Parts: sequence; C-alpha cells; structure tokens
Amino acid sequence: MTAPRTPTLDRRKVMSTVLGAAGDTLIVTGLGSTTYDAGLSDRPETFYFWGAMGAAAMAGLGLALAQPDRRVLVLTGDGEALMGLGAFATIGAERPKNLAFAVIDNEHYSETGMQPTHTGRGVSLTGIATACSFAQAQTIYSEDDLAAALPSMFGGEGPLFFDIKVNTQRYPMSIRLRDGATIKDRFRHHLLGARAFD
Amino acid sequence: MKPEPPPRLWPGEIYDTLKSVGVRQVAFVPDAGHTQLISSCHADPDMKAVSLTTEEEGIAMLSGAWLGGDRGVLLMQSSGVGNCINMLSIVTHCRIPLLMLVTMRGEWGEFNPWQLHMGQSTPKVLEAAGVFVQRADAADEVAQVTYAAAQLAFSSNTPVAVLLSQRLLGFKDWSK
Repeated sequence: MTAPRTPTLDRRKVMSTVLGAAGDTLIVTGLGSTTYDAGLSDRPETFYFWGAMGAAAMAGLGLALAQPDRRVLVLTGDGEALMGLGAFATIGAERPKNLAFAVIDNEHYSETGMQPTHTGRGVSLTGIATACSFAQAQTIYSEDDLAAALPSMFGGEGPLFFDIKVNTQRYPMSIRLRDGATIKDRFRHHLLGARAFD
Repeated sequence: MKPEPPPRLWPGEIYDTLKSVGVRQVAFVPDAGHTQLISSCHADPDMKAVSLTTEEEGIAMLSGAWLGGDRGVLLMQSSGVGNCINMLSIVTHCRIPLLMLVTMRGEWGEFNPWQLHMGQSTPKVLEAAGVFVQRADAADEVAQVTYAAAQLAFSSNTPVAVLLSQRLLGFKDWSK
C-alpha cells in the first residue's frame, strides 16, 4: 500500500477548470458539494442531482446509451460514488465509449460534518474502476495532472475514470436552481427540442 | 403431483408491447420469470439490455435514459423492490416516466419463506413511494395490463409498476 498523500487541489478551481473545457458535453452532477460547485457555470446541458445519493453514475450510463454521439461526464463526490459502487461494475461491463466519470474526492462527507470516507482510509476508487475494466482510470493530485487529463476526459474512448483529489475547503452553494422537474425539462428541451414534450 | 406447465406466451407478448411503445433501454436484475423476455431484448439490435448489480441502479439509469430521450423498462423480481425506494425520489420529484415489470415471489405456492417479507410488502411500499401499482394475475391479461401501464407512465410522466403474479409462472414443487 502506498503512503497516504494529502490532497491540495481546490475543489472550486477544479470545477472551474473542468467546466471550462466541457464544451457541449452532457454533464450529470451528484448531490452535495459537486452540485453546489457546478452552478459556477450553470448551463442547460447539466443535470443536477440534489438527492438520490448514489444515482449519478448510473444516470450517466443511461444518458450515454441514449446519446451515443454525445460526450457524457458524471461529476460527483466520493461519498456519492461510494454509495453506488455497483455502478462501477455495471459501467465497466457495458463499456460505453462516450462516458467519463470523475469524482471530486475530498475524502470526507462534507455535508454532514466532515466525517472521513473510505477513500481516505486506503480505498482507491481508481483501483476499483481499474478492476471493473474501465478503459482508463487515474488519480489526480495536481493542476498539471488535471490539465493533462482533460483531452482524455472530453475526447478519449470510455469508459474513463478520474479520481480528482481535493482538500476539504467548503464554499457556499453556487446554485439556487433545485427543482428537479425544472432541471429535467430544461435539459431535455435543450437537447431534444420539441421532442422533449412528446 | 406436479402439474405440467402450459406453454408460456405472455413473455413474448410483453416484448411486443415494449416494442410497440418504443422502449429502447431495458435494465434488469435477472429473474426466472423474465428469462425469455431478457433473451428477446438482448437479441434486439434496437434495444439496449443492461444487467444491473442492484435494482436501484435501474431507476437511476432509466432516469438518465429519459434525459437523453430514450424510453426504458426495469425488469426485476419483487425481492428487488425494497432496493429501489430512495431512488424512486428521482422519478416522483422530477416527473420522469418509469415502467417497472415485477415478477412476484412470496405469494402463490412459494416454497422459500425468506421471500414472504418482500413479496407481501411489495404493493404497499411501492404505493407508499408514489408508484402506481397494477397487477396481472392471468396470462391472457398480461399484454393489456403492460400496455395500459406503459401508456400511463409515458403519457403522464409517472412511475408505474406491473406486478406479474407468481401464479403466471406456475407452481414449483420443492417439497422433495
């Protein structure tokens, strides 16, 4: 086992870098801080979960299968990802080429009192993704590593996995929009046009 | 004495119904009652059949499918219904259509006592979670009930579960 390494990346800076490179990628964010950060750059191509912990990755799979010609990115936290570990296996078995899955991993449940998650206690999500036969899986600790991963995140053949280690700094919510039906209708109308209301 | 099971036509009729309402994604946790239907969906190039590790993955997956414009169906056994409860918040809160086809255990001629808990609570917990529950007891009503449930789900953006009676599968004699 490798020695524990203290994450230093700032979650808002990571989110800003990722969203800045996203283009028209369809994004699904997991509940908690990842959704709060993603509102930094609110866009109709992002579907924000505010609940249903553990759902983000599988929602990304369904979306990727429905839209095989579009890139899909799941952005979520380590606690949210841990609640849906089965999704790693299902995605690994399905091998969607257009899906990337990135975890903003602060190794803590920051919404509920900053209790440590398993990712800071020797459990590697990258190792899990690798074992689940993702096409590529890597852990990112630095801005240089993140910059180098962006072409793959938005253009590589999936399924791709990125465990982006960030510090425990918390920020106020960057998004107020939280009604799920509104978020869904906006997403579908932007993507599907009039067909959204068939 | 073990009665001979009659030939089973309703799984093919469910498949035809799913085709007629434009289902493209089929999420499932295998069940013996869905064997034939799962095979038909796997063989269909216009359908994507996805094996799940747990039923709740299917609620999230089909929500994503709907975001992307695909209709889907979730196939499971009643023992998996309990796994879905929190995920059902996605479809009730976001008003996303969801069609669930649930083969029942823990009722007609059940041999395994561990199945009774979830089998007997399945309709109650689904209703408590905001899901319309419809039921097919006889083979000749399965297609019609499935079609009606699909219409309800996809025209009203609501979750609907069809409970397929254990009686449809016939009685398994496990007494020896």
